[in-house]
Amino acid sequence: MIYFNNVTKKYRDNTSLADVTLSIIAGEFVSIVGHSGAGKTTLTKLILAEESPTDGTVYFESTNIHKLSNTQLTKFRRKIGVVFQDFRLLTNKTAHENIAFAMEAIGKNDEDIARDVPHVLQLVDLSNRASHFPHQLSGGEKQRLAIARAIITSPELIIADEPTGNLDPINTNEIINILKKINDLGTTVILTTHNRSVIDQIRKRVITLENGKIIRDDKEGKYVL
Amino acid sequence: MMTITLFVITSLIFVQAALSATLSDIKDKVDVTAYFVQGTDETAIMNVSQALQKLPEVKSVNYTSAESALSQFKEKHANDYLTLQALDLLNQNPLGASLSIKARDPSQYESIANFFNNNSALSKDASNIIDKVDYNQNKVVIDRLTSIINGARRLGLIFSGVLILISIMITFSTMRLIIYMSREEIAVMRLVGAGQKYIGGPFMVTGTMVGIVSSILTILIFLPVSIWLGNQMTDFIGINLFTYYKANFFQLFILLLGSGVILGSISSAFAIIRYLRK
Repeated sequence: MIYFNNVTKKYRDNTSLADVTLSIIAGEFVSIVGHSGAGKTTLTKLILAEESPTDGTVYFESTNIHKLSNTQLTKFRRKIGVVFQDFRLLTNKTAHENIAFAMEAIGKNDEDIARDVPHVLQLVDLSNRASHFPHQLSGGEKQRLAIARAIITSPELIIADEPTGNLDPINTNEIINILKKINDLGTTVILTTHNRSVIDQIRKRVITLENGKIIRDDKEGKYVL
Repeated sequence: MMTITLFVITSLIFVQAALSATLSDIKDKVDVTAYFVQGTDETAIMNVSQALQKLPEVKSVNYTSAESALSQFKEKHANDYLTLQALDLLNQNPLGASLSIKARDPSQYESIANFFNNNSALSKDASNIIDKVDYNQNKVVIDRLTSIINGARRLGLIFSGVLILISIMITFSTMRLIIYMSREEIAVMRLVGAGQKYIGGPFMVTGTMVGIVSSILTILIFLPVSIWLGNQMTDFIGINLFTYYKANFFQLFILLLGSGVILGSISSAFAIIRYLRK
């Protein structure tokens, strides 16, 4: 599904990723671990085409994503749902509106929105918080809302960039369980984290990055650093 | 901010109207007069007049007969007893008939004066019947007037251009600030796969609405302004700006509306472009 071919990313003199080659198959749950600055976020930004590689190519299915036009890129991004550590919710919209907005943005009609939003809110157990604004939600609720927004468009891939970084262990568990459920339903998940207990709990493929290089790639890995 | 831009544009239109009125007033006072030798046959003068009227640069030709010239002279010097007495002593009309010619543009007086020097343009003996053409006496004034008019126009154009450019930059910066405040929302929109029209559309509409509201505000602001200028400045600038405002209200409003909408949408488009890039 995703293929990194000798990808290097440099920010001036700082090499964030060095000659990375990896492939991710559809339906996989891949955790990318490493210390801060190891290159985890750069890797996700390259998949989202928010950044372009200094050298090498990144393929999504058979498409070189950094050769896409603006219009093609917009359509490509609809295949990916993104969850961030800082949630990136729209503060002036309610929980319901935050999700509806993602559907509107890709051209869904009011009927679809009225049908799907309550359903996805129920999936993340936020039905009773639909009319609450982000500042009225706890950290765990905000992250569940962010996940709901990411999955509402039925993406092929979910990228969760440090989604548990701001959460307590109970909320962390909840978020990981939701991501596992999403993966069980067939969606590919890429999770970046430096939380040892999270990785040890998932027991799926783990790619370990250090100084921009892949130092381990284990099928049923543990956090080893 | 957009209102200021449109205010500047409207002010320039008013200044241009006042300048045009003043210049046409000055232009109207300038002419070239051809004096005919005494006793010239009126038919010959009329032939010259008709030939002049055929010239594209000639706006009008006024004939003053020798008798009219004399009566005008007497009227002008009604209180000058000595002059009138001297005139009576002559026992004949010393003044000749004349043609007063107005050009469409002050720069064309020279070619009209050349017309008199060019014998082939007149009937065979016409050059003999012309006593003098006062172009040379007026030449300095006409040349200076022409250069002042051209200079004023050029300066007005440059001034307008610079002000409009500054105004566009101010509007553009304002729109950029509005868009900058929504940058997080734009980033989220891009991440969920929103199209360029979906992201940029509301800002374009905002820019257009700002343009429409500003044009209405500007036209309303100019109502009391033009009334005041009409009451206070008509004698000074030679045109009643309130009358001008009323007479051209529809055109002014359409111009302001068009400028506002174009300025608003173009500024928004330029400001949003950087956020729509990859």
